[in-house]
Amino acid sequence: MENEKFVLSVIVQNRSGVLTRVSGLFSRRGFNIDSLTVGETENPDYSRMTIMATGDDYIKDQIVKQLGKLHEVKKIQLMEPDNTVTRELMLIKVDATGGHRAEIMEAVHVFRAKAVDFTPKSIGVEITGEASKLNAFIEYVRPYGILEMCRTGVTALGRGESCLTAE
Amino acid sequence: MSGAQIIVETLISQGVTTVFGYPGGQVLNIYDELYKASDRIHHVITAHEQGASHAADGYARSTGKVGVVIATSGPGASNLVTGIATAYLDSTPLVAITGNVPLPLIGRDSFQEVDIAGITMPITKHNYIVKDVAHLQQTIREAFQIAKSGRPGPVLIDVPKDVQIAVYEYAAGGEVEAEPFQMPSEEELVRAAELIAASQRPFIYSGGGIVSAEASKELLAFADRLDAPIGTSMMGLSAVPHDYPGFLGMTGMHGRYAASKAMAEADLIVAVGTRFSDRATGNKDEFAKKAQILHIDIDPAEISKNIPAQQSLIGNIKDILVRLAALLPKQKHDAWKANIEEMREFEKENQEVFLGLSPEYVVKAANRILGDDILVATDVGQHQMWAAQYYPFTRPRSFITSGGLGTMGFGMGAAIGSCIANQKKRTVLFTGDGSFHMNLNEMSTAVANQLPLVVMVMNNGVLGMVRQWQTLFYGKRYSNTTLDKKTDFVKLAEAFGAKGIRVTSPDEVDAALQEAKTTEGPVLIDCIIHADEKVLPMIPPGGTIEDIMLK
Repeated sequence: MENEKFVLSVIVQNRSGVLTRVSGLFSRRGFNIDSLTVGETENPDYSRMTIMATGDDYIKDQIVKQLGKLHEVKKIQLMEPDNTVTRELMLIKVDATGGHRAEIMEAVHVFRAKAVDFTPKSIGVEITGEASKLNAFIEYVRPYGILEMCRTGVTALGRGESCLTAE
Repeated sequence: MSGAQIIVETLISQGVTTVFGYPGGQVLNIYDELYKASDRIHHVITAHEQGASHAADGYARSTGKVGVVIATSGPGASNLVTGIATAYLDSTPLVAITGNVPLPLIGRDSFQEVDIAGITMPITKHNYIVKDVAHLQQTIREAFQIAKSGRPGPVLIDVPKDVQIAVYEYAAGGEVEAEPFQMPSEEELVRAAELIAASQRPFIYSGGGIVSAEASKELLAFADRLDAPIGTSMMGLSAVPHDYPGFLGMTGMHGRYAASKAMAEADLIVAVGTRFSDRATGNKDEFAKKAQILHIDIDPAEISKNIPAQQSLIGNIKDILVRLAALLPKQKHDAWKANIEEMREFEKENQEVFLGLSPEYVVKAANRILGDDILVATDVGQHQMWAAQYYPFTRPRSFITSGGLGTMGFGMGAAIGSCIANQKKRTVLFTGDGSFHMNLNEMSTAVANQLPLVVMVMNNGVLGMVRQWQTLFYGKRYSNTTLDKKTDFVKLAEAFGAKGIRVTSPDEVDAALQEAKTTEGPVLIDCIIHADEKVLPMIPPGGTIEDIMLK
């Protein structure tokens, strides 16, 4: 069975400890999390987690079933790639001392990113998009020198009618 | 009502009549309320919180009711951990209530403070820290519901001391019901029935789920319909009467030859209430290669977790077995049964031979002399396997043993809890000198409560199971398994206020058991056995039926 990346949306009760419970389940069962984001939903009693993980069909099946056993987990959806909007935000600070300021700014424009910090020595960039776009940007600016960067992890919503709510 | 009073009243409202535990600084208020309510709820104090947790577990295993254990913060709470993990691995319904330091002191490394909710997160179905007395009653009710719903398991509630002192109204309410089960569709059942009807060599592999679902009768009716033999996991042992014609015994690492062989030769395994533990399957890649698997369980996460199943039915196994049997024409498998008879013959001809006082004799003598109407508890190790292999079980919930976690030291607490839960029914504990040394402090609890407990120590002076592995797989390098302890178990029993008898021959075993039978309180029988006795058959770890060692 092939390993692949997949995205899960999970509706959980908005209580302290629930993040530990979910992440603890992944570590003790030996599942890998690529990223995990969590935030309140339209109903403040519930939070929504978006978990990106890697594994084969067995791991995928076990993750969904084991998560389903947690008392605070109300709903789980394995997101279909073709029917899902996924986004990630990244802040990245690129070294601007090497004389490539113009090339970096060109990349910012082409990637439809935004310069949010500008100093004689560096350019701070905000970029959103699918993870692959962020990766491409990173690779493009890597030769100029990345001073620091920070990614939020993937969040995802189903398209159109496909809604995941607690009820 | 104070929080402490709410705790005690809610326990009583859940039908709890006995709790196990140990008092301490952060549960003083709860103990004060237990004192006041002592005509309605009985508290058993053990020698150690671990013993209390195993006692609550034994109480639950032997009755099906939720066991309750109470401990103070810090070391009191952390001493419960092994007991909670034991209950978790064997799916026992348990509610553990711990006190904690008052809310303003939490997180400051206060005296006797541990994050017990954090510690027990991976070994509970769910756990709580109650920070507001307004949520206390509802939380306890929810904890009972979670503990007994679906696949049962332990739940922990941590209650800071100021929440026990705070006051809130108590709403009278009855016992919470387990959540309703989902059931498979008619279509799924029909498909499963077709799979069964197509089989020529069906084998039923049943586990602890039959015990917790109280589905023994339904399992036997199903097996009759199917005309299939039954092998069980260790956890499933007591659910099938030993004299049921199709019963082949336990399968797996130390299972009976015919049970493991039939499982390997079957073309269909109907697995009911079992999770294909590695101790039961051996080498997973080679396991039951000729068979299709129909897996029936309450927990969807068990399907294809360890062994891939071609078909599965999720839900209450009692109802599923009834509905499935109804869909199935009466099957007949004479050729397969003749085949199995040959396996049984081969098994008989290849029984293991013991060197000295035979563990088989000791186990069977306990049943012959003390009768069928007793409870059997064990610790973990060789003696446990001998009890599993040789004790003729007749009733579900009569075998109290730590399967999944394999907890040495489980036996004393568990035997005490089971005995008390069953109106002080005579209980025999098979233990070893290694396991008994771990929690023998609970002998004091058995004496204090005048329990008719017969502790049979299979005393070989070594850690027999580990030694067996060292003999077979580690070139007889007996690293730290030759105990050479000087404990005199007879004197020890007497020091605790119990009776102690040492036996070295079958006659002495019988005489000691006769004496135990007419004794009110606990009796320890120190059975001296040979250090080189082995548990056989044995399928080496990761092996198959081809690798089985018989004698």
